[in-house]
Amino acid sequence: MDDLIKALETPENPNIPEIHTGDTVTVFVRIKEGSNERIQQFKGVVIRIHGTGNSASFTVRRIASNGIGVERTFLTRSPIVEKVTVQSGGHTRRSRLYFLRQRSGKRAKLRQKFTS
Amino acid sequence: MKGLIGKKVGMTQLFDDSGKAIPVTVIKAGPCYVTQVRTVEKDGYSAVQLGFEETKTQRLTGGELGHLKKNDLPPLKYLKEFRTDEEVEEGQALTVEVFAEGERVDVVGKSKGRGFAGVVKRYGFSGGPKTHGQSDRHRAPGSIGAGSTPGRVFKGKRMPGRMGNDTVTAQNLEISRIDPENNIIAVRGSVPGPKNGLVVIKEARKQ
Repeated sequence: MDDLIKALETPENPNIPEIHTGDTVTVFVRIKEGSNERIQQFKGVVIRIHGTGNSASFTVRRIASNGIGVERTFLTRSPIVEKVTVQSGGHTRRSRLYFLRQRSGKRAKLRQKFTS
Repeated sequence: MKGLIGKKVGMTQLFDDSGKAIPVTVIKAGPCYVTQVRTVEKDGYSAVQLGFEETKTQRLTGGELGHLKKNDLPPLKYLKEFRTDEEVEEGQALTVEVFAEGERVDVVGKSKGRGFAGVVKRYGFSGGPKTHGQSDRHRAPGSIGAGSTPGRVFKGKRMPGRMGNDTVTAQNLEISRIDPENNIIAVRGSVPGPKNGLVVIKEARKQ
């Protein structure tokens, strides 16, 4: 029966690579302004990956220019997400990085993960 | 004729053209066969009887098999009547294509049984205070009426009892997707009953 639901769901976006919590990513978001469409970038750290199928989502946290933390949650299979690029991986020991909300400045940096 | 019998598969969300996520219930509906046409001359009212889900021959009684054999139909597990004046032929098969995307439908199902439920769950009473020396009053119904006048509890007073397992209709649901290949209909919103529960899809009465 689950296959029937899968048949209906949107296929995975080939422009989204495998992402992990702690990764620094840039999300390219389609934005409609009246009749024209443009693409906005949202760059930050992935602090949560949630769900499966069409309900799958991930949350990106970035620090805006005024020093205020901004979090945005994207539905992974939404047509609004044009593509995602991974800038770097971060070393984490947990899957949800909510502790970053309490930290600021240098302490909010994750140790970089190097992949061979 | 617009009507189908189906089974609830489960819920998910789909994206519309603007990228909005829409909650939908997936229903595996049809193919249904017209097992009998009831007419005013013969039966006093007009309706169409549909059959759904093929099963093994030994699961049906001789009478049921004979009824289906009249139109050379396979053994069908469920038979349901739909009141309609539209002309259909006996033996005809109906698929999800009788409906179109964007149309509105009513979905009838049997709600999940919740057993003997208290008044908080069954009617949404607030229950009693949780603190200030309360004992055994947390989910109590409170007063059920006045004293000597009227000297009885009014009929229809909401009290604990069997909840669920009722026939429930979800009205005016929009069809957001149809997949004829897999006999699937996705309907916006929720639908009564458990997964694998039998549901009846009809044209919406209040469009």
